Amino acid sequence: MPNPTNPIELVTRDFSFYYGNYQALTSISMDVERNRVTAFIGPSGCGKSTFLRSLNRMNDIIPGTRVEGKVLLGGVDIYNKDVDVVDLRRKVGMVFQKSNPFPKSIFDNVAYGLRIHGERNPSAVAQRVEESLRAAALWNEVKDRLDKSAMDLSGGQQQRLCIARALAVRPEIVLMDEPASALDPLATQKIEELIFELKKDYTIIIVTHNMQQAARVSDTTAFFYLGELVEFDETKRIFTNPKEKKTEDYITGRFG
Amino acid sequence: MNARIRKWQEKLGFGILIAATVFVILVLVVILYDIFSKGSGILSWEFITSKPRKGMTEGGIWPAIVGTFWVSLVTVVFAVPTGLFAAIYLNEYAAQNRLVRVIRIAIRNLSGVPSIVYGLFGFTLFIMILKIGLSVLAGGLTLGLLTLPWTITASEEALKTVPMSYREGALALGATKWQTIRTNVLPYAVPGMLTGTILGLARAAGETAPILFTGAAFFWPLLPSFPKVLTTQFMALPYHLFIMATQHHAIVKVRPIAYGTAAVLIGLILIMNAAAVYIRYRFRKKYKRL
Repeated sequence: MPNPTNPIELVTRDFSFYYGNYQALTSISMDVERNRVTAFIGPSGCGKSTFLRSLNRMNDIIPGTRVEGKVLLGGVDIYNKDVDVVDLRRKVGMVFQKSNPFPKSIFDNVAYGLRIHGERNPSAVAQRVEESLRAAALWNEVKDRLDKSAMDLSGGQQQRLCIARALAVRPEIVLMDEPASALDPLATQKIEELIFELKKDYTIIIVTHNMQQAARVSDTTAFFYLGELVEFDETKRIFTNPKEKKTEDYITGRFG
Repeated sequence: MNARIRKWQEKLGFGILIAATVFVILVLVVILYDIFSKGSGILSWEFITSKPRKGMTEGGIWPAIVGTFWVSLVTVVFAVPTGLFAAIYLNEYAAQNRLVRVIRIAIRNLSGVPSIVYGLFGFTLFIMILKIGLSVLAGGLTLGLLTLPWTITASEEALKTVPMSYREGALALGATKWQTIRTNVLPYAVPGMLTGTILGLARAAGETAPILFTGAAFFWPLLPSFPKVLTTQFMALPYHLFIMATQHHAIVKVRPIAYGTAAVLIGLILIMNAAAVYIRYRFRKKYKRL
């Protein structure tokens, strides 16, 4: 574990996850710090995406899944029966690997979350849409065509739109599942710069396949292998002086 | 040599495909030509808007058009919401287990049940058991049962075409399941649902057997207004055609009326199908733009 410099935002304790009889995650314990970027790395199928999707209970929509252990957000176990999953997902936003703008206008995409949460005041909606698009570094590119279809944006713009859409409901944590894996280097760079900006206001957890990306954007890095958390530490230490042999083998490209 | 054989194989395969297509179109053309050439003599504004006269040997088919309209309306009001809600349940809410698979197969099979079976079932259920009497209501509900498998299947297929990522995206923003379905799934499934529903309805509007035992009548002298119209027996285009083509005492004399009726019925169904195509086109364009 890294030595925390910031308050702890999210805690998991002995968290295990099952798809039917298959155990995808084994006893993950981790403290995620506020206003930092935490990267999850590891080979395909290591469970890093499953773990990410467990943090806002997106796995609930897959039938036959089961969890053990705890995920504590503000001291409350998010898998507790009393927790409102809708409220949880408002607090823990998510950006997906494949950008998924809705076939609506740019404005309506960003306003979607606000409207479903009952914001009816048009000027309040408009203001928040602008804030969110600015925060996602997209405002200048789209401010003159907010009523145009989001489907006409480029891949990188679509992904920043999805980030703006997630920010619009003012989450505390933003989960990103390989947000740049389908983008070209230039669009990827923009997303990475954006992540750096966003951590001032949000806690960010990013799954990435790209180790350089993890090294560039994150403060702490967690290395997963075969459903276990092998090592979790300051990104600098993970990439220069890992404690575990497995971590070293992975980041030096001996397997993966 | 080899290249030449391949080229001929190519031509032969292509030829078979073309021949099959031409054959299908030809059948349609022959039917349409036969009906419209023999029916066009009698088709007029008066034929459409007047009642039959002189033992149905003269006059028009207005009551049959009105009857078909009311029966179809009952069908729509019953089958569209029921089919839509059933499809939403099956596709969005139900656990995808064996029971649901069996239900789905049963629904698909229902669309293959002969319409006469629906007619007898409707007679048993609505007339014998529920005793709602031979009426527009009984006929419309029976036709509704006939269209339900089509509406459910079309609606389910339409829901399936909405990408999972729209649902995930909305859920991840904290939308409830119903909010997600209502705001981010249904709007994109509507064109497919409408198309399937209109096609099902067009089929129902042309059916004779289901209304044969549930309320279709030989003649409908008084055309009552809503809601009384729901409780009376009625004339309908397909049944009128059946009578004129096979049951009338002066069958040769009324043959032109039979052809005219067939032409109007086919015309109505073509219009409905065209509407389905147009709606689909409009929505596709809309969602491409937005």
